[in-house]
Amino acid sequence: MIVGLENLSCGYGGRTVVASVSAEVASGEIFCLLGPNGIGKTTLFKTVLGLIPPIGGRVFIGGRNAAEMSPKEIARVIGYVPQSRPPPFAFKVSDVIVMGRISRIGAWSAPGRTDHAAADSVMTRLGIDSLRDKLYTELSGGERQMVLFARALVCEPSFLMMDEPTSNLDFGNQAVVLSNIRSFADGGMGVIMTSHFPEHAFLCGAKVALMGPEGGFQVGDATEVITEKNMSAAYESPVAVARVPYRGIDLHCCQPILKRSDE
Amino acid sequence: MNMRHFPKFPLIYAIFIALMAAAALSATVGRYYMPLGDMSAVVWARISGHPVDASLAQADVVLFTLRIPRIALAVLVGAALALSGAAYQSMFQNPIVSPDVLGVTHAAGVGAAAAILLDLPSLGVHLLSFAFGICAVTLVLLIAGLIGRGSGRVSVAVLVLTGMVITFFFQSLTSLAKYVADSENKLPEITFWLMGSFARANSYRNVIIMLIVTALGATPLFLLRWQINAMSFGDEEARSIGVNVRHTRVLVIICSTLLTASSVSLCGSISWVGLVVPHIVRLAAGPNNDALFPASMLAGGLFLLIVDDFSRVIVPGELPISILTSMIGAPLFIYMLFRGRREWI
Repeated sequence: MIVGLENLSCGYGGRTVVASVSAEVASGEIFCLLGPNGIGKTTLFKTVLGLIPPIGGRVFIGGRNAAEMSPKEIARVIGYVPQSRPPPFAFKVSDVIVMGRISRIGAWSAPGRTDHAAADSVMTRLGIDSLRDKLYTELSGGERQMVLFARALVCEPSFLMMDEPTSNLDFGNQAVVLSNIRSFADGGMGVIMTSHFPEHAFLCGAKVALMGPEGGFQVGDATEVITEKNMSAAYESPVAVARVPYRGIDLHCCQPILKRSDE
Repeated sequence: MNMRHFPKFPLIYAIFIALMAAAALSATVGRYYMPLGDMSAVVWARISGHPVDASLAQADVVLFTLRIPRIALAVLVGAALALSGAAYQSMFQNPIVSPDVLGVTHAAGVGAAAAILLDLPSLGVHLLSFAFGICAVTLVLLIAGLIGRGSGRVSVAVLVLTGMVITFFFQSLTSLAKYVADSENKLPEITFWLMGSFARANSYRNVIIMLIVTALGATPLFLLRWQINAMSFGDEEARSIGVNVRHTRVLVIICSTLLTASSVSLCGSISWVGLVVPHIVRLAAGPNNDALFPASMLAGGLFLLIVDDFSRVIVPGELPISILTSMIGAPLFIYMLFRGRREWI
């Protein structure tokens, strides 16, 4: 299955933020959107999810024009993991996860036995059984991210869209989330994510789209796109990209270079 | 069905039993003294079909023409207002929203005041008040829809703000109606209506109307309870997990408005129930509408029934309901702010 953007322009209330971009993500691929703050990564994300209508161009989901699909049809194909925000009410974790089944049941019905079973098995798969009866509001940032991950997976989607899945996470949790992303892609799921960590694109072998000023939109393999020249241009600030051999593997390092005060 | 998914059932049963007990006791409360023994004798006479003992003839009349319809009405109105508040709080992602957030209560007050000024009979007061309530919410939806047209959707903030403006508008109309009302007879009547009372509404006709309306409004809300659960995570998250946010929101507003407008048009403005009851219930039952909706309905009925009992016995005449709901509701609410803080912030 393929999620495709065809000359897609998006923005709010007629103001174009992202102009005419095209890309394709297939099942089993990891697609990582990189770019500076305010360049329109989230806007592009919301447009693909159908949360805001495109200004121009089209989004294709499995060969169908997304504009002609209902929220429920989109939700069945694409599971969304938003950046976690503190919610207003203290739902139980199991209740939050089972809400992911809403796209699989009728609008006028409640989740039944199979839906609760699906939620249970996703919790087991992600190793978060112990969170089942906790209150969502009392979880740590990392735990909340895992619960949102579970809520997206429980509707058995073909694609996952994750908005900065590793922000606010410590190294341990980053490793957990990234290896989960890797294994879900290996299992045939397509993953589309935004990130502020180019190194994570290398870590999970992602295809990268680098968004830069003046409508820059470069798509390709991580090694092809994440170069000193491209990164420095996109972030309008010098960026170092290096490959470091480490115990038989290659580490990819990517860091901003600070201007020295005496220069 | 696996009981694990309904862990709050004991609580719902407990409230239900409390409600039944309160209803039976409420029948004995009032100016006409009716001990439980007399009451059960009268009820048994009706059930068995035997003629009622002459000494109990008055008890029979008091129980069946005054108290039973009044108890039923108080329970139904309390249930309707509490459910409407619970659904709104969940949908507006805000625990301090009440059923009158879109202006329905104040508009219904203006309708009633206008009907009183025009010397309409009581049916006219109910109907005009109901119509005004519905019109106000329709107006809010239209204005909010127009404002949101540019961005393609209507945000919760726009709806709530528009509701506030409409509320203020109808508040000033209420003041105008009071200002022009004849202070000898019309003004007291308007004032009394605005403070809510079951005294003039307790007929079986009204009970049946309220029963039908509650069924009509509550059924869709119950069926949509999981969609409404999802909406408390915000419009975008709800949509991304497959909720048709626009349709669900309009349906919830229609049902809640139906429940509130009919309650208010029959019994006058009754404040606090729709705000405070879902709060207290959420503390005990959690925010999942699976448990919150039924528990709120039962607790709302219980709360308003007890308040109405007080209003019947505290003073020789009748104390308007809203005076007592606020007097009991306000300290309860403040207690909640201390007790429940962790739960919903």
